Amino acid sequence: MTSSEVPYKVRIPVFEGPLDLLLHLVRKREIEVWEIPIAEITKEYLEYLDLMRELNLEVASEFLLMAATLVYIKSKMLLPATSEEKEEIEELKEELVSQLIEHQRFREAASFLKEREEFWSKCWQRETEATPESEVLLEADLFDLLSAFKKLLAPKEEVEAEVIERDELTVEERLKEILSLLSELAPLTFSELFKSEGRKAMFVTFLAILEAIRLKLIVAYQKEPFGEIFIYPSSVKPEELSW
Amino acid sequence: MMEKGELKGIIEALIFVSPKPVSLKEISEVLPDEGIKEIRSAIEELSAEYKERGGGLLLVEVAGGYQLITRPEYDPYIRKLLTERREVRLSQAALETLAVIAYRQPISTPEISAIRGVDVSGPLKSLLAKKLIRIIGRKDAPGRPFLYGTTKEFLLRFGLRDLSELPRLEEFEEFLPEDERESEATSSPDEGKTE
Repeated sequence: MTSSEVPYKVRIPVFEGPLDLLLHLVRKREIEVWEIPIAEITKEYLEYLDLMRELNLEVASEFLLMAATLVYIKSKMLLPATSEEKEEIEELKEELVSQLIEHQRFREAASFLKEREEFWSKCWQRETEATPESEVLLEADLFDLLSAFKKLLAPKEEVEAEVIERDELTVEERLKEILSLLSELAPLTFSELFKSEGRKAMFVTFLAILEAIRLKLIVAYQKEPFGEIFIYPSSVKPEELSW
Repeated sequence: MMEKGELKGIIEALIFVSPKPVSLKEISEVLPDEGIKEIRSAIEELSAEYKERGGGLLLVEVAGGYQLITRPEYDPYIRKLLTERREVRLSQAALETLAVIAYRQPISTPEISAIRGVDVSGPLKSLLAKKLIRIIGRKDAPGRPFLYGTTKEFLLRFGLRDLSELPRLEEFEEFLPEDERESEATSSPDEGKTE
């Protein structure tokens, strides 16, 4: 195997952990966190882990630990249990729920801070150094990107035979292509970057997008939660970065 | 004791020239013959006058001091004038880590990680570099990890008088669908002095 054939490893931004993924799954269902349907959430959670693995993303150990907890609770729930065991399951579930609630509260606290930051940035003081941009957009996180990618993958599978695979690009080549595309046509929607691509090429494109975000070459924004994702070039110039 | 009009004038001048919020203590050091009570009441009157006048400036209390700021509604015009001024906002990870520290300080890295469910060394580094947090001691636990707390810079960045101005953590809803959360972002978070 030559070095160019070594699978390209993309690092997930370290801040996105299992609790964020779980909250994302709960929120998508528009249910109260107390009502968390363990069996279904576990299934979805594992599907995401599979997708992350298929993409050759580094799945942090915290994700696996949470998966183990979920599977444990789920399997215990399926089996006939003594009252003692039932109590244990309830305790585990409660612990998980309270962890999720606390996490959610801190996310709310973070949005409070974000609002303050935003408001205060409009109040100018003498000699202040800087102020942020005015456009209010939500930065798409890894799970938003994964969701969008999952959606794109689904219908593609059926027509795969008809798609003519173009010469296979490396992630790095595709990344450069995306950047040059963006320099002329920004912003592009997430799906526009995947136009008429075969499954394999789609994975390359997706990895290139993740890598470009990690390197802060592009930014992914949504105008609303779960909305269309727009890709913008970031203000950092590629030549300022070491590859 | 000087006449109130003059006192207000001097205080206004002091606040105008200072690039940082001026504390009550600093003002009273400049005016040793005036009582703290008188100074405070003069500032309050001044602040009310700015508000009533409906001009371009407001006098507010932030990070333990007083400061003149522009009215937030004039922000778009100021941006047209000062186009080169731009700053990157804090990332979501940094904001969430900062929130945990603000509410639970003093707190150690392992404790923050446990709450966040992820490794927080990256955000911690960037928050330290921005001077929004600092090391305030060591925990009496195995490994004696550092304890972190927020700084004055933190209050300045978010326009907070002090930590008590943060809403209580329990006040945040246990669960809000994301779209509701975002629509709330448009309401003005400020109250008191500026409104």
